[in-house]
Amino acid sequence: MSSISPKAVADAVAQALAAISGASTGDALKQVRSEFVGDGSPISALNAQLRDIPAEEKAEAGKLVGSARAEINQAYAAREAEILAGEEHERLLAESVDVTAVASRRAVGARHPLNLLMEEMSNIFVGMGWEVAEGPELENEWFNFDALNFDEDHPARAMQDTFFVEPVERHLVMRTHTSPVQVRSLLERELPVYVVAPGRVYRTDELDATHTPVFHQMEGIAIDKGLTMAHLKGTLEHLARAMFGEDAKIRLRPNYFPFTEPSAELDIWHPTFRGGARWIEWGGCGMVNPNVLLAAGIDPNEYQGFAFGMGIERTLMFRNDVADMHDMVEGDIRFSKQFGMVI
Amino acid sequence: MRIPASQLREWVDLPEDVTPAHLHEALVAVGFEEEDVHGGDLTGPIVVGEILEFTPEPQANGKTINWCQVRVAKDGPEAVRGIVCGAHNFGVGDKVVVSLPGAVLPGPFPISARKTYGHVSDGMIASAKELGLGDEHSGILRLTELGLDPEVGTDAIALLGLDDFAVEINVTPDRGYAMSIRGVAREYAHSTGVAFRDPAEAVTIAPATGFSVTLKDDAPIRGQQGCTGFVARVVRGLDRSAQTPSWMVKRLALMGIRSISLPVDISNYVMMELGQPTHTYDLNKLKGGITVRRAKAGETLTTLDEQVRQLHVEDLLICDESGPIGLAGVMGGASTEIDDASTDVLIEAATFDPVTIARSARRHKLPSEASKRFARGVDPQVSRAAAQRVVDLLVELGGGTVDSLGNDDVTVTPPAAIALPADYVAKRIGVDYTTAEIEGVLSDIGATVSAAADGWTVVPPSWRPDLIDAPGLAEEVARIHGYDRIPSAIPVAPPGRGLSRSQSARRRVAQVLAAAGLTEVLAYPFVTSADNALFGSPEGKAVPEMTLANALDPLVSQLRVSVLPGLLDTAKRNVGRGLTSLALFETGMVFQPAGATGSDSIPVGNEKPSAAVLDGLYGSVPAQPWHVSAVFVGSLTVKQPGQPAVASGLADALDAVRAIATAVGAPIEIRQGSHGAFHPGRTAELVAGGNVIGYAGEILPSVAQARDLPRVVAALELDLSALIATAPDHVEADAVQVFPAATQDLSLVVDRSVAAADVLAAVVEGAGELLESATIVDDYRGTGLADNEKSLTFALRFRAPDRTLTANEASESKLAGVAVAQQKFNATIRE
Repeated sequence: MSSISPKAVADAVAQALAAISGASTGDALKQVRSEFVGDGSPISALNAQLRDIPAEEKAEAGKLVGSARAEINQAYAAREAEILAGEEHERLLAESVDVTAVASRRAVGARHPLNLLMEEMSNIFVGMGWEVAEGPELENEWFNFDALNFDEDHPARAMQDTFFVEPVERHLVMRTHTSPVQVRSLLERELPVYVVAPGRVYRTDELDATHTPVFHQMEGIAIDKGLTMAHLKGTLEHLARAMFGEDAKIRLRPNYFPFTEPSAELDIWHPTFRGGARWIEWGGCGMVNPNVLLAAGIDPNEYQGFAFGMGIERTLMFRNDVADMHDMVEGDIRFSKQFGMVI
Repeated sequence: MRIPASQLREWVDLPEDVTPAHLHEALVAVGFEEEDVHGGDLTGPIVVGEILEFTPEPQANGKTINWCQVRVAKDGPEAVRGIVCGAHNFGVGDKVVVSLPGAVLPGPFPISARKTYGHVSDGMIASAKELGLGDEHSGILRLTELGLDPEVGTDAIALLGLDDFAVEINVTPDRGYAMSIRGVAREYAHSTGVAFRDPAEAVTIAPATGFSVTLKDDAPIRGQQGCTGFVARVVRGLDRSAQTPSWMVKRLALMGIRSISLPVDISNYVMMELGQPTHTYDLNKLKGGITVRRAKAGETLTTLDEQVRQLHVEDLLICDESGPIGLAGVMGGASTEIDDASTDVLIEAATFDPVTIARSARRHKLPSEASKRFARGVDPQVSRAAAQRVVDLLVELGGGTVDSLGNDDVTVTPPAAIALPADYVAKRIGVDYTTAEIEGVLSDIGATVSAAADGWTVVPPSWRPDLIDAPGLAEEVARIHGYDRIPSAIPVAPPGRGLSRSQSARRRVAQVLAAAGLTEVLAYPFVTSADNALFGSPEGKAVPEMTLANALDPLVSQLRVSVLPGLLDTAKRNVGRGLTSLALFETGMVFQPAGATGSDSIPVGNEKPSAAVLDGLYGSVPAQPWHVSAVFVGSLTVKQPGQPAVASGLADALDAVRAIATAVGAPIEIRQGSHGAFHPGRTAELVAGGNVIGYAGEILPSVAQARDLPRVVAALELDLSALIATAPDHVEADAVQVFPAATQDLSLVVDRSVAAADVLAAVVEGAGELLESATIVDDYRGTGLADNEKSLTFALRFRAPDRTLTANEASESKLAGVAVAQQKFNATIRE
């Protein structure tokens, strides 16, 4: 009959703990396990002796060996976790890459800023309940001129440098403004009508820094009962603030267009415009001429309304500091990529 | 229209120190856009000098300069200056204009004492042109030429009005009356509230009779007589040595008009002052009386620019007994033109139909200051005053004598009265103007206002043919009281439906393509016929196309039927700038005429056409569907660390097609196809709704190379409108099945000519409902197969909705698929 001395237990623990803490790799730790933790280890041998000790000592000895084993197992588990973490860390370090040189599989491209701008302006009106109307770019003269109160001899008809299509006597033209869409809207939609018409228009100007024969406009028309020029002003003020911020102001100056009476030039002011806070000519507007309503079969004594229009290229020029029209028409990818998906 | 401040001041009181900015501001407020400022850019000291002596000094460069001693002040230390002068048109004793050091002439051209030709030139003797007094630059200005003999040292700026300036404004086509000092002065008065003195009333009209004038019009245009007034006056005994006074030359120069001769200058000056063009005939060259009539077919006229004009029956002619002597309102004839010897003249101040004159000026390409005014409408009441003003000036400045011979025929049709309801202006403008405000404006603009049952009856003044209805009167009230008074209100639109399906779909397509790495461009839709044929039909045949009648570049005059040529040109430009890896796209309209286009005639504008006429108008316009097109050049994935470049090709084009289909929500079937602009073996036709709606593939290498692009350029083009039309209204969702799947691979050997997609479709058809997914994972050719064979491997995933499939069930389903493939394509399982 032998007994288990506390010293033997303490020695076994000390030996095991020393070996565990001395192991620095997973392999070394496995070796330590078989020598000092598992079967055949000193503590296991001591544990085996428990069978042989007298019953009255068993409880105390069992407790002694049990807590020793627990201490060893705990130390082992902790060391194992430590080594695994270290190894994972090494592996992760080894996997480092220079994130500034990671290959781009496919870079995102870019929208054209003119289209982005037309979409943004359309969204502002859609938010007010208006709809977006469209029509053909090659148009019958009646929609482009006559229905808009430009008769054949109207001096203003000569102001529009129109592209005609062969044969000229068949009355087809490249639309000189998106106003024919207004006429089509009045003819095709139920009253009241609140629509904007963004799109491409054509005039016979040679391409230079500020002109292009193919450009874009955003026009709008509202025909309802009880609309006045005050509604025109309020709508344009809302557009200006939505696009340029609460500081934006607008101003109307008397002008002339065949399709509106009264007519006005629209100026916009903003403190952050390049060149300082100033007024910039933005577009034209006015109260729709009764003749335009008559062309669409609408009684001008019952309904009236307003219309407005502005150039998108011009807007992009002063809104985004684009100095030269060539950049907008040449399709150089470096131009559009400055904008990406956002105007 | 340019307005000299000094001339405006004669009819309205301007501030003492009036500036261009003040005039522009006042005129902008009443609707005249600001254009420019002329003159006024000159500062002194500029004084009258006298040539005391001069010495010609020949120079090495062959020129001879004069070293002049010029007295520029009565006395004082610098009273006599040495000045170098290159001109030779003067003598000792001549009074001249001297710009002294410190002066700045227009240019700006600052004057300083400077060393030149071996002297210190202490100032400059000025030419008329340098002083802004006209175009004369061949010599210096001698004041005797202007009939002046001022004291030496006199301030020449004040003497000659050299600091006068003109503001230039844009006059809109409705306001012809404002193409005159008279009209602009009236508007300045409206804007600022100062009193207006009418220059037409400053003239005392002496009647004249006895000169025969006949007004005929057998073919009025739009019911309007060609000529409704022909005032004629005669002045005899002009002194043709009389010069145009410097003040008139200066004002004409400020208005952009060159001084030609006294009679011509006076005619121009009166036109600018009163807005009435006049014409001056040499009385002694006229044969008998004058008849105004339309031209006869085949008639010709030699105009005073010595051009023989073929006349049109709509042209209005001034004739004497010899035949046509002038194209009314546009240009006079050569035969009765005044020359240097003419001393007796006939002055014409006529009233012509605006449409007649506008058409003639356009037809003969003779836009002139006169025709511009007639085309916009000249006040019929001002013609007598204008003729009289010319007479008065010819008498005063040209030494002529007025003759009682003349004509006073003017038929004035009073403008139609307009009913203006009391609440109309408020309802249109949104401002509650008082009765006094409304009546005040209408009276100020020259209208006659009388009370009517519910509002007013307004007769516009004779110079405002643009005022024809109540909106026009409302504009006058709003304009003159200022648009600043209009408040802001936001109208409430009825609930809208947002973007249309097509608009949303097009936006998604653009977003998806941009997200996939493509850059959006907007090319002009003008192309050549060759490009329309090449890209517009798969067979490369000529296609129906529309041609611009007045293209800027006659070689590129067709409207596109395909977006691709513009996109390839854009690619070429980018590649030319060193941007060799590109992926571009455009969505845009193409123009597809089918059958007859256009209209024989078009209806009037101010009434709704009948349904049939309207249908004709709609139908006259060719179809213009939206197309989307893309091109790929170089690499979409470029070479980077650890990543070789991936050359763009067919796969990118097809991926873009699939992205478009997803964005639209409409399936596109990709089939082997052919198109003349594409590679014969690398082209897909794109099918939606059973129709071919486009093509994708690699551009034919020769086509790419013709645009200086590399051999491999992938591209696509499809009819986006047609695709959107096939998209279902909404997506019907299937329940997601969650029982375990069984996956199997299948390799089938088929003839190489069989399309993989067709084999796949056969397997899918045969396998039935249990087959959840099938994709092609390999296409093997080579060892183990015959030369004409290929082995296609498919990854198949089977799943049942209600149970876990057994391997046997999956295999049965697969074999059913094989059976169909075998039947259709003689496919065999590759073991």
